[in-house]
Amino acid sequence: MQTATIFSFHGGIHPPENKAQSLQLPLGKPSLPRELILPLGQHIGQSSRPLVKVGDSVLKGETIAINNGFLSSFLHAPTSGTVSAIEERLIAHPSGLSDLCIVIKPDGQDTWTTLAPLYDWQENSRTDVLAYLSEMGIVGMGGAGFPTQVKLQGAHKNPLTHFIINAAECEPYITADDMLIREKTLELVLGIEILQHLVEADNVVIGIEDNKPTAIAALKALITQRKSKIQLAVVPTKYPSGGEKQLIQLLTGKEVPSGQYPADIGILCQNVGTCVAVHDSIYLGKPLISRFTTLTGDALNAPQNVEVLLGTPVAHLLDYADSAADKLHRLVMGGPMMGYTLDSAAVPIVKTSNCILAASKKELPAPAPEQACIRCGMCEQACPASLLPQQLLWFSKSQEHEKAEHHNLFDCIECGACSYVCPSSIPLVQYYRHSKSSIREARESNVKADLAKQRFEARKARQDAEAAEKEAKRLARQKAAPSKSAGDKKAAPAKVAPTAAPISDDTKKLKVDIAIGKSKLKKLQKQLLEAQEAEHVEDINALQLHVSEQEKNVASLEEQLAKTAPAATPAQAPAAAKAPVSDELKKAKIDVALIGVKLKKVQKQLEATPDDQELKDKVASFEADLSKAQAALSALGASTPAAAAPKAAISDDLKKLKIDAAIAKAAVKKVEKALKKAEEIQAPEIDAIRQQLQEAQKRADDLEKALLNPVSTAAQPTAKTNETATNLDADAAKKRKIDLAIAKAGIKKAEKNIALLKEQGKDEAEIKASEWPQKLIEAQNKLAALEKEQETAAPITTAPTVSPAAPADADAAKKRKIDLAIAKAGIKKAEKNITLLKEQGKDEAEIKASEWPQKLADAQDKLATLEKEQGANSDTATVKSAKPEPKQVEAKAESIATPEADVATQVKKQKIAAAMAKAQINKLTKRLESAPEDAEYIQQEIEATRQKQQDAEALLAQLTHSQDNT
Amino acid sequence: MALLRITSPHTQRAGHRTAWVMQMVILATIPGIIVQSWLFGWGTLINLVIACITALASEAAILAIRRRAVGFFLKDYSALLTAVLLGVALPPIVPWWVTVTAVGFAIIFAKQLYGGLGNNPFNPAMVGYAIVLVSFPVPMSQWLGVQDIIASGNTLSFMQSLQAIFHHLPAVDAYTMATPLDGFKHKDLLDSQTAFSTIPALQAASLNSWLWVNLAYLAGGLALLWLRIITWHTPVALLAALFVMATVFHLIDPNNTATPLFHLTTGAAMFGAFFIATDPVSSCTSNRGKLIYGAGIAILIYIIRSWGGYPDGVAFGVLLMNFAAPLIDYYTQPRTYGHKKAKTGLKIGEDN
Repeated sequence: MQTATIFSFHGGIHPPENKAQSLQLPLGKPSLPRELILPLGQHIGQSSRPLVKVGDSVLKGETIAINNGFLSSFLHAPTSGTVSAIEERLIAHPSGLSDLCIVIKPDGQDTWTTLAPLYDWQENSRTDVLAYLSEMGIVGMGGAGFPTQVKLQGAHKNPLTHFIINAAECEPYITADDMLIREKTLELVLGIEILQHLVEADNVVIGIEDNKPTAIAALKALITQRKSKIQLAVVPTKYPSGGEKQLIQLLTGKEVPSGQYPADIGILCQNVGTCVAVHDSIYLGKPLISRFTTLTGDALNAPQNVEVLLGTPVAHLLDYADSAADKLHRLVMGGPMMGYTLDSAAVPIVKTSNCILAASKKELPAPAPEQACIRCGMCEQACPASLLPQQLLWFSKSQEHEKAEHHNLFDCIECGACSYVCPSSIPLVQYYRHSKSSIREARESNVKADLAKQRFEARKARQDAEAAEKEAKRLARQKAAPSKSAGDKKAAPAKVAPTAAPISDDTKKLKVDIAIGKSKLKKLQKQLLEAQEAEHVEDINALQLHVSEQEKNVASLEEQLAKTAPAATPAQAPAAAKAPVSDELKKAKIDVALIGVKLKKVQKQLEATPDDQELKDKVASFEADLSKAQAALSALGASTPAAAAPKAAISDDLKKLKIDAAIAKAAVKKVEKALKKAEEIQAPEIDAIRQQLQEAQKRADDLEKALLNPVSTAAQPTAKTNETATNLDADAAKKRKIDLAIAKAGIKKAEKNIALLKEQGKDEAEIKASEWPQKLIEAQNKLAALEKEQETAAPITTAPTVSPAAPADADAAKKRKIDLAIAKAGIKKAEKNITLLKEQGKDEAEIKASEWPQKLADAQDKLATLEKEQGANSDTATVKSAKPEPKQVEAKAESIATPEADVATQVKKQKIAAAMAKAQINKLTKRLESAPEDAEYIQQEIEATRQKQQDAEALLAQLTHSQDNT
Repeated sequence: MALLRITSPHTQRAGHRTAWVMQMVILATIPGIIVQSWLFGWGTLINLVIACITALASEAAILAIRRRAVGFFLKDYSALLTAVLLGVALPPIVPWWVTVTAVGFAIIFAKQLYGGLGNNPFNPAMVGYAIVLVSFPVPMSQWLGVQDIIASGNTLSFMQSLQAIFHHLPAVDAYTMATPLDGFKHKDLLDSQTAFSTIPALQAASLNSWLWVNLAYLAGGLALLWLRIITWHTPVALLAALFVMATVFHLIDPNNTATPLFHLTTGAAMFGAFFIATDPVSSCTSNRGKLIYGAGIAILIYIIRSWGGYPDGVAFGVLLMNFAAPLIDYYTQPRTYGHKKAKTGLKIGEDN
C-alpha cells in the first residue's frame, strides 16, 4: 500500500468533535416503521416519476419511480407492502417544504423482489453498467445527492488523474461513514474497484481524517491483504477537510478552478456510502433502499449509528434511540456545521441523510445576539476558500452585490467556519446565502425581462405585418379600378433614383440586424454561462434554446447579407445595359458596373480595416480597371449612336417614360419608408403619409401603363380596335395576378402563423382552435380559384388578339416564370423548415409527421412540370419569333417596315422593363408587409427579386440575340 | 415542543466574543500601565479613571440618544478600550479637561457619529489624541521628568497628582521635562553626539525609562499575538519599516539623525505598533494589506518625527493610513481558492 502525500488548505477550524458518543453502541437496525415516506426528489435534478398507483402492492426492491430526464434517478420500495398514498408530505428541506411522496404501508413480510445482480460487470460495456447503476437509484450519498451515473459520465471529460473516495467525515458528531467503513470494509473496497474499472483513474485515493483509527486500521489491513493499488491518505482532523474542494486540495495540491468541476481537472470524488451502494447493486442486485445514519445529540439516551430504510420517519428513529422529548431543543438533519433544522420529526430519511442531531438547549444554545463586525479578521483566517468574509459581510449588508461578486462571493462553500469563529456572533453564512439568492434572483429576472422583450417585439412585428397586409389589400382594391387616362404624365419630383439605393439600404438594415442579433446572442451566452455556474437547471434549458435560436437568426441574417451583396451587382448590371443594344456596349457597361461594385466593396472593407495593404492594392487595381472599362465604354458609346440612329426617335420617348416611371417608383419607395418609420414611432402623420403613398403608387401605376400603352400603339398603330381589347385584357390579367399574389401572401402568412404556434409548443388542438388553419384553407381555396381564372383568362387574351401574339406569349412565359420562382421558393421554404425541425432535435418520425416533407415533394413536382412547360414554351416562343421573320424581311424589303421591326423588339424590351417594374412594386408591397426582424420574409423577397432580375436579363439577352439575327 | 429553526452553522466557538477581545486588549496594556505609573506616578492611573468615566458616560448618552440598547453596547468594552488607550497616551499630569475633551471627542465624534462600533473609519483614540494635541499643545508636552524624581525619591504623591490634574500644581514646572523625542527634536543646531551628551531629556536615565515603557507594551503586544487577537503583520511591518527608515537615514547622515534603536524604544513606537495600528476596525483587513498599512504608518512616523512639527507621529501616521486603508484593501485581496490570481481593485463586470 502506498502512502499519499498530504497537502494543506487555508483556514479551517477545530470544533469539538463529539464523535465518541454515537460510537458507543454497535450498529442498530430499527424496526419497520408504520409507514415509509419516499419523496420523489431525493437527489439533485428532476424529481422521479412514480410508476405505482395508490393501492398497488410492492415488493422490497421493486422500482416505484423512474428517472425523469437525464439528471434524475430511480426510486425503489424499501420494503414490501402497499402504496397507501401518493401525496404532498413534509420533506427534509432547509425551508421546511412539502413535496410529492410515495407512502408505503409495510406488510411486515419484507419480501424481496427478484434481484438481478450484474456479475459480469467487467464484460459489460461502460454505458450498460452506468445505466444499471441509474436503474438501481444510486446517487451521491455525501450530501448533494448527485446522480452517480451522471457524475461518472462527466468524469470522462478529461483523463482522470485522481479518483478520490471521500471518507473524511469532517463534520462534528457524524460517524456514519466511520461506522460504514468498519462494518463494510470489503464491500467498500469492492465498490471502489468497480468504480475504478469504470473511470480508469491513474490514482485511487481514500481520504480519511485521522480521528477514525479503527476504520483506518481496517482499511489498511484489507488493502494490504488484497494487494490493492488503492492508496490511503490520512489527513489531519480539520473542518472542512471533507468538503470536496478541500479534500482535493489536501490530496492533490490542486484547486478546482472557480466555476468548474473536479472532472475538469481530471479528478472524481465519490463518497464511501456511494461506493458501498455501488457494490450492493452490482454484486447483490440490491437497489439503494437503505443507508447508514448517525443518531446523536444530548437529547438521545442511546445515540448510535443505524442502518435505516429510506423513508423512515425521523420520529421513529428518535423513539428507537430513546429520545428525551423534554430535552430536545433543536433537531438538525446533517451535522452542526452545515446541517439544517427540521420543523417536525415527521420528515423521512432520504438518500442523503447522514445524521440526525437531536440537540439539547445546552448543547446547541440559541445564537448570541449579533454584534457589530469589528473586522477582527478571525473569519478570514478560518475561511477555507481564502475569501475576505468581513468584506463580504459589509457588501452583503449594504447590498453592494457587484462588489460582493467581485470579492468572489460565489466561491463561498457555506461551510460555516467564519460564523463559527466570529466573536460578534454574526450569522455570516446567512448573509452570504441571502446575497447569493438576491443576485440569482436578479439574474433570473433579467432573463425574464429579456424574454418579455422578445415576446413584445414579436407581437409588434406581427401587428405591423397585419397592418401592412391590410394596407396592401386596400391598395390592391384601388389598383383594381385604375384611371384609364393613358398619357397622364404627372411631373415627378426632379430627383434621380439610384437603383443601387434600395439594395444598399437593405444591406445596411441587414447589417444592423446582424449587429443587434450578435449582441443579443452574446448576452444570452453570458446568461447561460452564469446559469450554468449557479447550477440553475431550469434556466439552463430555456437559455440554451434561446442561444441556439439566436445563433440561427444571426446565421440566417449573415447569409442574407452575403446574398444581398452579390445581388447588388446584377441589379446595377441591367440598369447599365438598359439603353443600348450592342452586345459589346452592354458588356463594357456590365464590366464598369461590376468593377464599381467590387471597388465599393473593397473600399468598405478598407474602411473597416484601414491598415490592410492588400486591400489598398486591390482598390488601386480596381480603380485602374474601372477607368479602363469606362474608357472602353465611352469609345463604344461614341460609335453606337451612329448605328442606332433609326431607333433613337422611339427609344427616346420610351426612355423618358422609363425615367419618369423610375422617379415615380423612387417616390413611392421614399414614401413607404417614411410610412414605416412613422409606424415605428407611432407618429400622428401616419395617415397623411399613407395618402401620399397611395398617390405615389397611383402615379407609378399610371406611368407603367403609359409605358405599356405606347408599346401597343407602336406595335399595332392600325388595329385600334384590338388595342383596346388587349388593354382591357391586360388590365384584367394584372388584377388577377395581384389577387393571386395577395392570396399567396395570405397563405404564407397563415402557414407561418401555424408554424409559429407549433414552435411555441401549442398542441394541435390549440392550433386548430385558433383561426389560422381556417384562414389557410380559405386562402388556399381562393388561390386555386384565382389560378384557374388566370388559366382560363390566359387563352382568352391570346385567342382574340392574333397580331400581338408575341406579347401574349411573353405574358404567359412570364407567368410561368413567376410560377417557377414561386415553386422554387416553396421548395426552399419546405427544405428550410425541415432542416429547422431537424435542428430542433425532432426525430425523423416527427418530421415525417409534419406537413413539410409532403409540401416539399409537391413543390418539387410542380417545379418539374413548370420547367417542362417552360421548355416547351420557349420552343414555341422561338418558333413564333421566327415566324414573323419573313414578314419582317418583306417589310425590310419595302424599307418602310424597318421601324416596325424595331418596334417589335422594343415592345419586348418594354415588356421586360414593365416586368421589372412590377417586380419592384411587388417587392415593395412585400416589404411593407414584412417586419424588420423577420428574416424569412426579407430573404424571400430578395430571392424573388433576384429571380426576376435574372429572368429579365435572360429575356433581354434573348431579345438582343434575336435582334442581332434580324 | 417548539423546535428552533435557524440556518447553519449551529455551533459557535465558545467564549471568544467581542467583549472578550476588548477585555484582552485592555488587560494587555497592564504591563505598560504599571511601568508608566512606577515611572511617572499616579497621574496615569488618575487619567485612566477620568477617561473611563468619560467614555462610558458619553457612550451611554449617545446610545440613549440613538435609542440603542445602552447596556448591551456598553458591555462590549469597546468604549473602555478607547478610554484606556487614550488614558495611557496622555501625559500623566495633563489637566482633567484635556482628558475629558479627548475621550469625549473620540467616543462621540470619532466613533458614535459614524455609527458606533465597527463603523468608524478612524481610530477613535487617535482622533481624540490628535484633537487635544493640536488644541492644547502646552499641557500635552508636559511630561514628567523621570530621572530626577526617581533619583531623589521625589515622586509626586497621589495628592500632588490629583492637585496637578484637577487644580494647578504651582511647582509643576519643577517636575516636568521634555520626552527624549521632544528633546531630540529641539536640539536645534547641535549634532547628534552633542545632543545626547548635553540635553537632559536624552540622558541615559530618561532614555532607559522610555525603553522600559516600550518593553512593557511589547510584552503586552506579544500576549495579544499569542492569544491570536492580532496577527503579526501590522506590528512587524511597522517596526521593521521604522527600523529600515531610521537605519537608512542614520547611515546617510549620522550627525543629524538618531539611531534605529532610539526610534524603536522611545515615544509610542511599541504602543503604536501593537495597540494602535492593530485596531481592526479602522485598519486594513487582508494580511498583505496589513503589511502595507503597518509600513505606511512607520514611514509617516519617521517623517513626522524627523521633519514634522510634532515630536512623535504615531497618531497622525495612523490617522493618515486610516484614510488609505479601504483603498489598500481593494488592492490586496487574497487569492481565492480556485482562482489563478488574486483580484485587485474593483473591476466590476469583468470578473473571471
